[in-house]
Amino acid sequence: MITNEFYPLFYTFNFYVFALLALMSSLFFVTRKSPVSAALWLVSTMFALAVLYVMLDAEFIGIMQILVYAGAIMVVFLFVVMLLNLGQPSEFSDIRKNGPRLVAGFLGILLTAELLTLAWSPLDARLLVTTVPPSVATAGAGGIIGPVAGPLFTEYLLAFELTSVLLLVAIIGAVVLAKKRS
Amino acid sequence: MHLIPSLLQAVVEPLPVSTGIFVVFSLLKLIVIFTIYMVGIAYSTFAERRISAWIQDRHGPNRVGPWGLFQVLADGVKNFMKEETYPGEANTVLFVLAPALAFVPAMITWAVIPFAAPWGSPWGRIDMVVADLPVGFLFTLAISSLGVYGLTLAGWASNNKYALLGGLRASAQMISYEIALGMATVCVLLVSGNAHLTEIIQQQSTSGWNVLILSVACFIFLVASFAETNRVPFDLPEAEAELIAGYHTEYSAMKFSMFPISEYANMITAGAMISTLFFGGWDIPFTHWDNIPPYTGLKVLATFGMFAAKVMFFMFFFIWIRWTLPRFRYDQLMSLGWKFMLPSALAYVTVVASTILGLDAAGIARGSWAYLGIMLALNLVLVVLMFFVLDRGRIISPASSRLNRRQVNQLKAVAPALSDLSGKGV
Repeated sequence: MITNEFYPLFYTFNFYVFALLALMSSLFFVTRKSPVSAALWLVSTMFALAVLYVMLDAEFIGIMQILVYAGAIMVVFLFVVMLLNLGQPSEFSDIRKNGPRLVAGFLGILLTAELLTLAWSPLDARLLVTTVPPSVATAGAGGIIGPVAGPLFTEYLLAFELTSVLLLVAIIGAVVLAKKRS
Repeated sequence: MHLIPSLLQAVVEPLPVSTGIFVVFSLLKLIVIFTIYMVGIAYSTFAERRISAWIQDRHGPNRVGPWGLFQVLADGVKNFMKEETYPGEANTVLFVLAPALAFVPAMITWAVIPFAAPWGSPWGRIDMVVADLPVGFLFTLAISSLGVYGLTLAGWASNNKYALLGGLRASAQMISYEIALGMATVCVLLVSGNAHLTEIIQQQSTSGWNVLILSVACFIFLVASFAETNRVPFDLPEAEAELIAGYHTEYSAMKFSMFPISEYANMITAGAMISTLFFGGWDIPFTHWDNIPPYTGLKVLATFGMFAAKVMFFMFFFIWIRWTLPRFRYDQLMSLGWKFMLPSALAYVTVVASTILGLDAAGIARGSWAYLGIMLALNLVLVVLMFFVLDRGRIISPASSRLNRRQVNQLKAVAPALSDLSGKGV
């Protein structure tokens, strides 16, 4: 929109600020003892990620990140944590035995190695999609949402509908669990 | 009421402005908006007290300064001078953070709301919006969904059972009504075909305000706004008869004052959102003078005045309702939200979407007289259905549901003195 020469510096600076913020918040998220503070650090991570999306010109994904994760899912999560008033961190740890811990650690190392390999590989090899699909390139209408909505409701309709079935299963599960036992 | 495509184009693609001018004017807009907003919030508290006094036939604050206008300053000084208390065993960090978290989202929303017509300055076009985001509309939804954190955390961090109950009520209520609110705004997206607030206003200025062609969505949005701002009749989170003061029971001095401030901030923001989405934003009705170039300074001032007038009307409306209606019961609040607002919003989205699809298939252009007439007629029918057929004291207003004849007879059998009930509200 505006022509200027400061964009690269501006982007680099903001990238490092928010990338560091995201890393720091996610570190705090996994190390906090109190579930409420952990949840809040996760919200902070979501925000930093949303900023990074916006800086990649993916405003829609960035806004959705805030709307869905920070605005809806985390609020419900916080709500549950407060209602149950979980206090003892050892009681609600997912993994309490040494075997699963080893597996989790191995998976973590694998993931880190994968990321580092990707980061050191040349740029062309990193791109999963080398050419822009025709449906994205031609989707002009609908402003900035069009290029997302177009392929979602044409090419990837099956995946989209399957996701909605997943949500339906979750809703039915919630209703069954909440049903009063006579 | 006709489409002006070239005008639309002019607004969507602004002329390039140099970086320096952009930064300077962005800063200026920030300062001006922030100042007006803060003063507006301060005087909303004064307006509330004077209007409530007027409704209740008393004087209200009128001692400090002419007509009591400096009451706001006196209140501010008082709040800053008071002692700050911290409850024992409270989570101090979150306890201090919560009032700010309640206030900040309401303020951030203003970044994307266009408040006046653009200004064709000597340095290029200056849009009268701080950040002209292409997804501005979704941004407002995302940010307004964060307001719940402040109230919930205030309730939790206070380490007080009443505060916790208030916080839980706040989050349950805001989550429930947010869904109806979002569903109501889907219709606006359907009609405008865009999430850019500037374009939504342009579309309304050329083809009629959305309140005319989306009346039911406007009504649902308005009611959900009351719930989102925790105003009467939905002020359950701070119901003083049950919860002392709800989530801000443990707060004192300025930290307490931040909660009423955030409530007024949310009211102004909600008023601005209703104006923007359904009442044409800064558009002046019955004229196209404000929608066509050249965009002079006078037009900027006039359209800003129009926008401020609309927001102030909704502020008055919020206050008016507060001093008119009683509070809902909690189960009534939930059943209204989930059993009436959400299904009717969903049904309305379906009806509007199929109507627009049908009109498009029939070759009736968007914004033409035929299109507007059909949409208007459809809404009239739906409004009549909603208020006079569906609601007979059962769905919309369960709190004021009247007795039927059988119940009146039962009452009369128990207490003959109640015989004057007969004939009323049957």
